[in-house]
Amino acid sequence: MPVDRELPTEEAQDLIALTRDLADRELAPRAAKYEREERFPREVFRTLGDAGLMGLPFPEEVGGGGQPYAVYLQVLEELAMRWASVALGVSVHTLSCSPIARYGTEAQRRDLLPEMVGGTLLGAYSLSEAHAGSDAAAMKASATATDDGWIARGEKAWVTHGGHADFYTTFLRTPADGPRGISCFHLTPDLPGFGAARPEEKMGLTASTTAALRLDDVPIPRDRLIGEPGRGMAIALGALDSGRLGVSAVAVGLAQSALDLAVRYATEREAFGRPIVQHQGVAFLLADMAAAVESARATYLAAARRKDAGKPYARQASISKLVATDAAMKVTTDAVQVLGGAGYTRDHPAERYMREAKVMQIFEGTNQIQRMVIGRLLAGEAAPAAG
Amino acid sequence: MNIVVLVKQVPDSGSERKLDPADNTVARAGADNVINEMDEYAIEEALVVKEAHGGEVTILTVGPDSAADAIRKALSMGADRAVHVTDEAMHGSCAVQTSAVLAAALQQMDYDLILCGAESTDGQVSVMPALLAERLGIPQLSGARKLTIDDGVAKVERQTDGGFWALEAPLPAIVSTWDTINEPRYPSFKGIMAAKKKPVETKTLADLGIDPSTVGLASATSQVLDFSGRPPKGEGVKVADEGDGADKLVEYLASQKIV
Repeated sequence: MPVDRELPTEEAQDLIALTRDLADRELAPRAAKYEREERFPREVFRTLGDAGLMGLPFPEEVGGGGQPYAVYLQVLEELAMRWASVALGVSVHTLSCSPIARYGTEAQRRDLLPEMVGGTLLGAYSLSEAHAGSDAAAMKASATATDDGWIARGEKAWVTHGGHADFYTTFLRTPADGPRGISCFHLTPDLPGFGAARPEEKMGLTASTTAALRLDDVPIPRDRLIGEPGRGMAIALGALDSGRLGVSAVAVGLAQSALDLAVRYATEREAFGRPIVQHQGVAFLLADMAAAVESARATYLAAARRKDAGKPYARQASISKLVATDAAMKVTTDAVQVLGGAGYTRDHPAERYMREAKVMQIFEGTNQIQRMVIGRLLAGEAAPAAG
Repeated sequence: MNIVVLVKQVPDSGSERKLDPADNTVARAGADNVINEMDEYAIEEALVVKEAHGGEVTILTVGPDSAADAIRKALSMGADRAVHVTDEAMHGSCAVQTSAVLAAALQQMDYDLILCGAESTDGQVSVMPALLAERLGIPQLSGARKLTIDDGVAKVERQTDGGFWALEAPLPAIVSTWDTINEPRYPSFKGIMAAKKKPVETKTLADLGIDPSTVGLASATSQVLDFSGRPPKGEGVKVADEGDGADKLVEYLASQKIV
């Protein structure tokens, strides 16, 4: 059964209908095979780009879909219901476009953004390093100022689409801007010395390539700087808030699929003379799964509506990420339980969903980091105003 | 180049389809109505021809008000405008009557090329291109798996069981397409938005100068007198394997003269 969605406009209803049609025909039939073969579906992102789904939250004048986050995120959720790796890819791509959309120069917005948000070019977002994950500000890869730009040196890690992307929104230390100076750059793989390492061998989301980047004295032209020099960390953190909403929607889509699978199985599978859904032990498990999915959806939508209304939403974004990804872990684990021995085999997608859910508690800020952010924001609100 | 694509709305061939027991016509109310699958290939081909040669793509549909959904889908794929012929009096019309209505509508339009699907999944009469070619006095190139337009001439590869025929005809001509001809595009989000602003002209039989008594079930050239559901699948033969399963299987296959 499709999810009954509250959508603000007829336009949004049409968008969801298009997404379902496309995802049913282009995503669902490929997912299990590509995940098994660890194959990156570059062509699927082209199809999504042609349909206008790769830049939904950006303004129409730069080629985007002009959609509020509350609609864009539900599109992500529908994609994730069919194929989490692809939905995650769309979320990461959107994240990669957002610094230029928000802080880019007029020339960057005019010359670069339309092909980015139109999905012709696929994006990657490079903030983490091997020893600077949760503590991103501890990054070491640097861009040293030269007469006509910068020279980049070092290694970035955990880059989604690493080796496949056409542009990399990359954060590098810029010593010229002081000891804490970090700047944001638009890097492309044609730059000399730019290289991606062998993809990581992961537990799940195996069709979504993750790789480290090597920067061997990469010359960065001056016009590749995004925003103010030295202000990269603020750009990164701002983008992460919206990225956390994206991950929340992907997690809810994945959990919804696991729930649907479990309900279908429980109505077909019989034990002790009746379908197992009629045994209270199983029905209560399913009820808790449904409660987790629907409350997680409500949580990310509440955060998205704050963002759409222009209100601060950092705390709600972190709460949403925490609630939705913990829900996805619990729901996918319980789906395996409902399917029993069958759920533990690769004949059914339940075990894959469970593997895919795990990383969602880790990326875009671990759920421990989310708790830190929430706690810090609560403390800040409770403290008496200074001065 | 002005291209007209004939589009029909049909009950989804993937869902359960019914005849209306009151008059033995296709039950459209309550069915999951979609654009006839083969017509999507005709629309795609029209858009490809337009992209190569310029011009305008017009959708022509005969059908009840609900067929507006099929028109909107066609417009969201990229067609420019649509003509929707709708009239209560047409209910139950046969292919011959429908072809008279389509021909009358086409005579009010400018066209160099008419495209349609090679068959519809509801009636499956598959004679519309021939009927229209006759009524309009233009050549028909039916069952195309490939179409090229070259200097006022349409060239097609007509798909057959054993291969294809190479056919050509001067424009204007009517070409019907199989699903081997292309891969229909998805509407884009922008296409869906744009479709709402595209002109859809609604016409009645009076607008086409057609006497309502010449169409509809009462004067149709063919009528469904009776129908019955597909018989349920037989029980089949169960072979219990008691160590001699293979022998029994071979015995069964031999008895059916399969081996």
